[in-house]
Amino acid sequence: MSTLLEARDLYGGYGGNDILKGVSLRVEADEVVVIVGPNGAGKSTAMKAIFGLLRIRQGQVLYRGEDITNARPEQMVRRGVAYVPQEHNIFPSLSVQENLEMGAYLMKGDLKPRLERIYQLFPRLAERKRQPTGQMSGGERQMVAMGRALMIDPRLLMLDEPTAGLSPKLIDETFVQIQKINAAGIGVLMVEQNAKQALAIASRGYVLATGANRHEDSGAALLADPHVAEMFLGG
Amino acid sequence: MNEILQLLVYGLVLGSVLAMGAIGVSMIFGILRFAHFAHGDFMTLGAYLGLAFIAAFGLGAWWALPAAMLGMAIVAVGIDQLIYRRLRRTQPVILLISSFGMALILRSLVQLIWGSDNQTYVSGIQFPWRLDWLGGLRLKPDHAWIVLISAGLIVAVHLFLSRTRLGKAMRAMSDNMDLARISGIPAERVIMMTWIIGGALAAAAGVFLGIDTRLHPMMGWTTLLPVFAAAILGGIGRPYGAIVGGMVIGLSMEMSTLLISASYKPAVAFAIMVLMLIVRPQGIFKGTL
Repeated sequence: MSTLLEARDLYGGYGGNDILKGVSLRVEADEVVVIVGPNGAGKSTAMKAIFGLLRIRQGQVLYRGEDITNARPEQMVRRGVAYVPQEHNIFPSLSVQENLEMGAYLMKGDLKPRLERIYQLFPRLAERKRQPTGQMSGGERQMVAMGRALMIDPRLLMLDEPTAGLSPKLIDETFVQIQKINAAGIGVLMVEQNAKQALAIASRGYVLATGANRHEDSGAALLADPHVAEMFLGG
Repeated sequence: MNEILQLLVYGLVLGSVLAMGAIGVSMIFGILRFAHFAHGDFMTLGAYLGLAFIAAFGLGAWWALPAAMLGMAIVAVGIDQLIYRRLRRTQPVILLISSFGMALILRSLVQLIWGSDNQTYVSGIQFPWRLDWLGGLRLKPDHAWIVLISAGLIVAVHLFLSRTRLGKAMRAMSDNMDLARISGIPAERVIMMTWIIGGALAAAAGVFLGIDTRLHPMMGWTTLLPVFAAAILGGIGRPYGAIVGGMVIGLSMEMSTLLISASYKPAVAFAIMVLMLIVRPQGIFKGTL
């Protein structure tokens, strides 16, 4: 399979302080790649830097072989990369359908087939098309957030802690959805706190600590590694 | 009873004017996160642009409306591109102060070009209709037009915000700026549309004021306080709230004359604004303040 995304030795952060001090990662076209690590390791920061929300001071981001270092979010969307932030990832006063439409703002042509696909993946949303998303439950909001990102029919989906704040049952459902999305041929790069569950469905995983790569291996191998388990998975 | 009905009419007229101004103030706050202090003087300049147009072509008073709206939409976009755009990356407070400066510039410009005396679109008195079926209520045709045209413009704004892609994007940006960026919504195009609508509606408010009474370089500035009060009451950043807020403030200001002297009308608007900021600062429609 071809490489979708490759980040090489990224340095960057807010103001003069680097949070990222040499992060490298790679996502192949058919993979689910998970980034785990303790708080403050720079996981979310790495996602933001790759998506163009944060300036990369040094290093390189390649998307399908093309150098896209410090590309603007809009250019990422045009290339088929979608990103779901951890918080504030919906438009609360807009209805479910309007949220989805905003996800495809840059897409030309009829939105109906795109909307239909999202409603098939999340039947719960189809029942609530006209409801303002601000009044919905955490699980439903997360569906809206993912649905919005999937509207562009991305090649790569970047998820920042998609299960944060969800009940155990909804967490399970979310991981099933992510597997479904991946099975449809979409590469997934995600940051996840529920490291055990995430690594269980991951093709590969990266362990970050203090802004740099610590370990890299297949999901199963990282799960089995006693050192990693002790440090980051809570035993 | 008759007096109350009469005040109700005046209140609706004033409410329409305030709503036209407050929709723009609210939208601009929602998208650009600053209180646009030059909005009152947008109204003034709009009213005078309309005056210049009808004077140049010898047209009737109502022709001032489309000319003013078109003219102010262009001026508003121009001012944004020339001045505000450069300050957007700084803090919103800098935009606020610069809009205050813009207010002074526009007002001086109006005084320089048209002088500081009162002017009117048409001279003479308009005779009101006497509606016997409403207890002899007197209704000036111009007042009826102001309320009807405002209602039409409100419907147009509503259709734009709820039916068009750009209108929805405007609400989305007002809701969540970062997510709009992440979704690839082109911020500059949305901002430009905000100024087109804000400028055109401010001009409409100015022309309404001019038709109702007279044109004066201070007309917009003195209306700015009740316009802000309307925007805050409705929930700033929420155009629908601004409409409700405008009507409530307009009606309250006119109705207050039943109890207190008419010269306290602006004080009524101010009192409602302060009360609202204390009791429910997010406004009726839960704005972004």
